[in-house]
Amino acid sequence: MKMRKMGPLFVVIVVGAIMAYAVADMPAFGSLTSPAASYVSPTYLEEAYGVAGVHNAVTGVLAYWRGYDTFGEVTVIFTAGMAVLAILGRGFGE
Amino acid sequence: MVNLEFYLQHYNYWISVLLFMIGLYTMIAKKNLIKKFLGLNIVDTSIYLFFISMGDKSKAIAPIIHGEHVDPTHYSNPLPSVLILTAIVVAIGLTATALSLSIRIYEEYGTLNSEKIEELW
Amino acid sequence: MSEGPITKDVLVKTVTKILIPPIQLFGLYVIMHGHISPGGGFQGGVIIASSFILYALVFGYREGAHRAKLKIRQFLEPLGPIIFGTIGLICILFSGNFLQYSAIPILANAEIAATAISLVEIGIGITVTAVIFSIFMAMGGRKTDG
Repeated sequence: MKMRKMGPLFVVIVVGAIMAYAVADMPAFGSLTSPAASYVSPTYLEEAYGVAGVHNAVTGVLAYWRGYDTFGEVTVIFTAGMAVLAILGRGFGE
Repeated sequence: MVNLEFYLQHYNYWISVLLFMIGLYTMIAKKNLIKKFLGLNIVDTSIYLFFISMGDKSKAIAPIIHGEHVDPTHYSNPLPSVLILTAIVVAIGLTATALSLSIRIYEEYGTLNSEKIEELW
Repeated sequence: MSEGPITKDVLVKTVTKILIPPIQLFGLYVIMHGHISPGGGFQGGVIIASSFILYALVFGYREGAHRAKLKIRQFLEPLGPIIFGTIGLICILFSGNFLQYSAIPILANAEIAATAISLVEIGIGITVTAVIFSIFMAMGGRKTDG
């Protein structure tokens, strides 16, 4: 193997080893008692229909509890579009 | 030392670690800018997989709720899905900006090879 | 991408003409049913934008720009943040927090609180459709020398 391919491979293996070491502390796949499933998410599921009035809990969290986050999200996609138009201009001198 | 059961219980993490390594190698080793962006998107995908698989509960269904009284262990976690929806939108914006910059770079230098671009700088 | 039609194939053109209305209808369904079934503004917006991209790919750049005119797209692009911000400010007007939908008197009942969420989703869908199609048109509308 060429020498210039060894450097990236070394970096990748070191990063992968660090992450593999961290996997030992993670909860098992599908765990009912993992931290992600314990603190706020049961509240979202219980109140999605009663408080937010939506059946789809994902939309409820997206637009009701995290509306400010979604506002930033729309601004991000709008800004990205404007950035592309600033770099490239409208096509064929439209 | 850990046994086989441990590896099988955490297989989603191994897959996302592997995808992350593939994407990182593509980002570092490839010279072509488009291939670097592809590597970036593979890294993004590994993060999506990591988050979404964190939100899963065994024998849970999608969080479409019918009825007032719900058992939270019966539905999968909606929060990682929402966070990843944000991450996907940000990744779309990032990829669009990066690709449009690479279009301009190609028009200016006639190449997408990052080493040749540095020579022509 | 060339300015004129890319293909002269009758089959491709006919199938595209038949396929585009169901795609747009499905996109609208995904946006409007975002609070009942999987979906939402982002997903539906991308589906509708893909129908426009399909049209521009098959019938050429000029025809696509004619169907989704620049002036309309320029108007629609910032509409999502504007609708979203307006709803948030209306909530402040009724002495609630920013985006606290329950502060609006007619939305205090949880049964119809989803109305504000649907309005927000429609705004998101409009912006995503216009921005994705505009990005496609900006990238596809370059003069190539090769």
